[in-house]
Amino acid sequence: MTISFGNPDRPNSYIGKTVPRPNAPRLVQGRGKYVDDIVLPRMAHVVFVRSPYAHARIGAIDTAEAAAVKGVLRIFTGADLAAVCTPWVAVLAHLKGLKSPPQHALAVDRACWVGDPVVAVVATSRAAAEEAAALVEVDYDPLPAVTDMMTALDTDTPVLHPDMGDNLAFRRLHEEGDVEAAFAKAFKVVEARFKTARHTGVTLEPRSILVDWNPAEGQMTAYHATQAPHMIQTVLAKHLDLPEGRVRVICDDVGGSYGIKVHVYPDEVATAAIAKIMARPIKIVADRLESFTTDIHARDHEIGARIAVDADGRILAFDIDDWTAIGAYSVYPRTSAIEGNQVVNLCGGPYDFANYRAQTSVVFQNKTPTCQYRAVGHPIAVAVTEGLVDMAAAELGMDPVEIRRRNMYADDAYPVTSPAKMRFEGLSHHASMDKLLALMDYDALRAEQAELRKKGIHRGIGIASFIELTNPSPFMYGIGGARISAQDGCTVRMDPDGSIVALSGVTEQGQGTEAMLAQIVAEGVGVAPAKVRVITGDTQVTPYGGGTWASRGAGIGGEAALQSALALKASILEVAGSMLQAPVDALDIRDGQVVDSTTGEARMPLEELGRIVYFRGDTLPKGLPRELVQTRHFITSDYPFAFTNGVQASYLEVDTDTGEVKLLKHWCVEDCGRIINPQLVDEQIRGGIVQGLGGALYEEIHYDEDGQLLNGSMADYLVPMAAEMPDMVIGHVETPTMESTLGAKGAGEAGTAGAPAAVMNAINDALRPMGAQVTAMPFTPERVLRAMGKIDD
Amino acid sequence: MTEAFRDKIDIALTVNGEAVEARVPAGRHMIDFLRLDLGLTGAHAGCEHGVCGACTIHVDGQAVRGCLMLAAQADGSEVWTLEGLTETGVIRDLQDAFVARNALQCGYCTPGMLASIKELLDQGGVPDRAAIREHLSGNYCRCTGYEAIIDAVESVAKARAGEAV
Repeated sequence: MTISFGNPDRPNSYIGKTVPRPNAPRLVQGRGKYVDDIVLPRMAHVVFVRSPYAHARIGAIDTAEAAAVKGVLRIFTGADLAAVCTPWVAVLAHLKGLKSPPQHALAVDRACWVGDPVVAVVATSRAAAEEAAALVEVDYDPLPAVTDMMTALDTDTPVLHPDMGDNLAFRRLHEEGDVEAAFAKAFKVVEARFKTARHTGVTLEPRSILVDWNPAEGQMTAYHATQAPHMIQTVLAKHLDLPEGRVRVICDDVGGSYGIKVHVYPDEVATAAIAKIMARPIKIVADRLESFTTDIHARDHEIGARIAVDADGRILAFDIDDWTAIGAYSVYPRTSAIEGNQVVNLCGGPYDFANYRAQTSVVFQNKTPTCQYRAVGHPIAVAVTEGLVDMAAAELGMDPVEIRRRNMYADDAYPVTSPAKMRFEGLSHHASMDKLLALMDYDALRAEQAELRKKGIHRGIGIASFIELTNPSPFMYGIGGARISAQDGCTVRMDPDGSIVALSGVTEQGQGTEAMLAQIVAEGVGVAPAKVRVITGDTQVTPYGGGTWASRGAGIGGEAALQSALALKASILEVAGSMLQAPVDALDIRDGQVVDSTTGEARMPLEELGRIVYFRGDTLPKGLPRELVQTRHFITSDYPFAFTNGVQASYLEVDTDTGEVKLLKHWCVEDCGRIINPQLVDEQIRGGIVQGLGGALYEEIHYDEDGQLLNGSMADYLVPMAAEMPDMVIGHVETPTMESTLGAKGAGEAGTAGAPAAVMNAINDALRPMGAQVTAMPFTPERVLRAMGKIDD
Repeated sequence: MTEAFRDKIDIALTVNGEAVEARVPAGRHMIDFLRLDLGLTGAHAGCEHGVCGACTIHVDGQAVRGCLMLAAQADGSEVWTLEGLTETGVIRDLQDAFVARNALQCGYCTPGMLASIKELLDQGGVPDRAAIREHLSGNYCRCTGYEAIIDAVESVAKARAGEAV
């Protein structure tokens, strides 16, 4: 069956419309169910004693005083848990050379970062467990800490994991064309050094898990704030020696994730191990300091980069030397080499050029592990690429829009393979740029900027084009050996009252997954979205799937939902055809009624069909298929990833006395293929932009040279607040992917990918007449003033 | 144990219009009292530092951080949480606007956000967008980027003032 997406007046036309989220009323009424809201009989609480040292040998552990605290039930050391929980090694076969040592649920012998869990205290209340944890005496013998990225591989730097030989976790060099020759013949070469700051996701709901082990049933149930329930099921089963089918992961409401909650955390596995030992429910909800010291960090990169252009502004070559420090371990099971790898894959992304060299060097250090956070690697690659392109334009005296026009892949150039060997099915850089310029009235804004500059007001306009990787195939994780599903499934059924239930393997953390699925299923079957109840986040109930990450929910989960809905419609019509003595192709389902497909005349409501099938099946012909449940799965196969594209613009004002940057307005035009719900897409873009703005202006995890984390509270680690954020104008170009009927690509990360580069370019646009330039994020007032030479101590 | 050193405190208060009497540990925070002892899980603990605003509730007519107040301090107070504000219908228009504008994503900040907004809207008038943004600066939202929230508040303020939305 096909759907005429081009006709907005088609029957059941819910795909493409703004439909309210079915879970929103619950959340605005305080009726959400997050992990911390769940209380089980005999539930106990675990609190972790964490290393105060960046690197230390763990000596004697004295728990006597802690055990005497009223309410304390058990205390576990690393050795205790190692007896029931095997360690893991986070490598992937396709990331050649990636290495990482075994990591235990609780540190055994050695703690490797400030926050590494060492002892677990279980008590009847969290308060008692916290009180007791403070009384556990651990005899630490501090070891030298590796904390500087750029000297991590120096011969006089200690090797963090002696068994690994050196501090290099992963290195990849990609070369295409003749880079040296291109630089040698270039009209202009521009070189710069960029830094993106180590930051973290700051989900408002801290990481949370409640695990129950029922030995009488042989069943483990984990209520978990996670993006990937099936992946967690597999991991818990594997490392706790349980059959996979005996682990159930339930994921109700999740209070923000952004990639933070798609990883395996040692304290969460420890909680499951303790539940198995104690045979009762155990809960951990991280406190905010634990969030800062143990949630994955990201974006800790330093990049030396250069671009070669000819006299016409044509890009001849990019040369990228990326360094990133991932902490003490590669994070399980997705690994911590992906971010650096993405920088290699994505630099230069929008542009048609021939010569490319990019290397990433991924090193260990004694800090919190880093891993995939929203728009993995993209903000770094886009900042480096777009920063260089703007600098080259300035060298040539060319408008930033014009240099992009001359280099972006033509909109009819596809399919095409980039110098980084990324395959693009269909992108719309030029159409997106056209739309952006119209939305922002670029020429008028330039005129305003020039006028204000005469009055000593320094405003800047920054443009950033980008590509974004969505809808990943098994090429992302599966081929490397990780049991992370790239396919996803949906089961759709019709109940006797004609209502529809959809069970999906993708998950909801606020993106609007359930709304998106409801409207797809509604259109596919032919009922109102309110008639569809969507169930996600339960491994015992939903089809096996990957969950929600890498902008795959709509493109992959959505297509599975569409195909299962269309299959159910066909099943319903087969029964209806028999009941109404009509050929199936003469019938359709519209708004919950079987109708004549040409006249639209109502023939039978679905509840009547349901009544007959479920209660008077005797009246139907023997042998008539009557399966009102259908399941379909979807996996992308033509392309490893569905790339999207877009372009952002920032308009801001720099206070040259204080160094403060005031964001005035932000624009984004992006192309995520078929838009299923315009409002939800726009709000994903806006939310993503603001996370990118945080990285550009505020967010930075600070460590001292001994590896002590210096800003582990929300008061000290700044995230964007309402007063500082601009209004954002969002526009779209739609280039559906041909891989699916639905045609949707991902939209969740585009905002974050491009926003930091747009802000950087806007600040530098404002500063350029003063001969100043910033390239180290976040662009704090201090860094802006230093760039201007107003602070030099 | 003398009166000065007792570690359990008897309190009597009203919560969402209902009389509550309880004996609470002296160190029990208001947000924990509401969530753990009364089962009112609408307001959330986000940072327990008084920064993020997810625990915002109303105490004697004022928006208060539930994580910075002890339950013992609430003796004699009138406390409202999102559950009670929902039942009385006083912010129904605001809740509807949040849903219509998709001014929430994960929903974790939303109960505190609504409590703070109620305080602003109760002052009457139609605050401009900058004033709304300023008022909400103590409520972090990591999902929406704030614009949809500002839109929702602005539309409710205008509607209440009888202005065209």
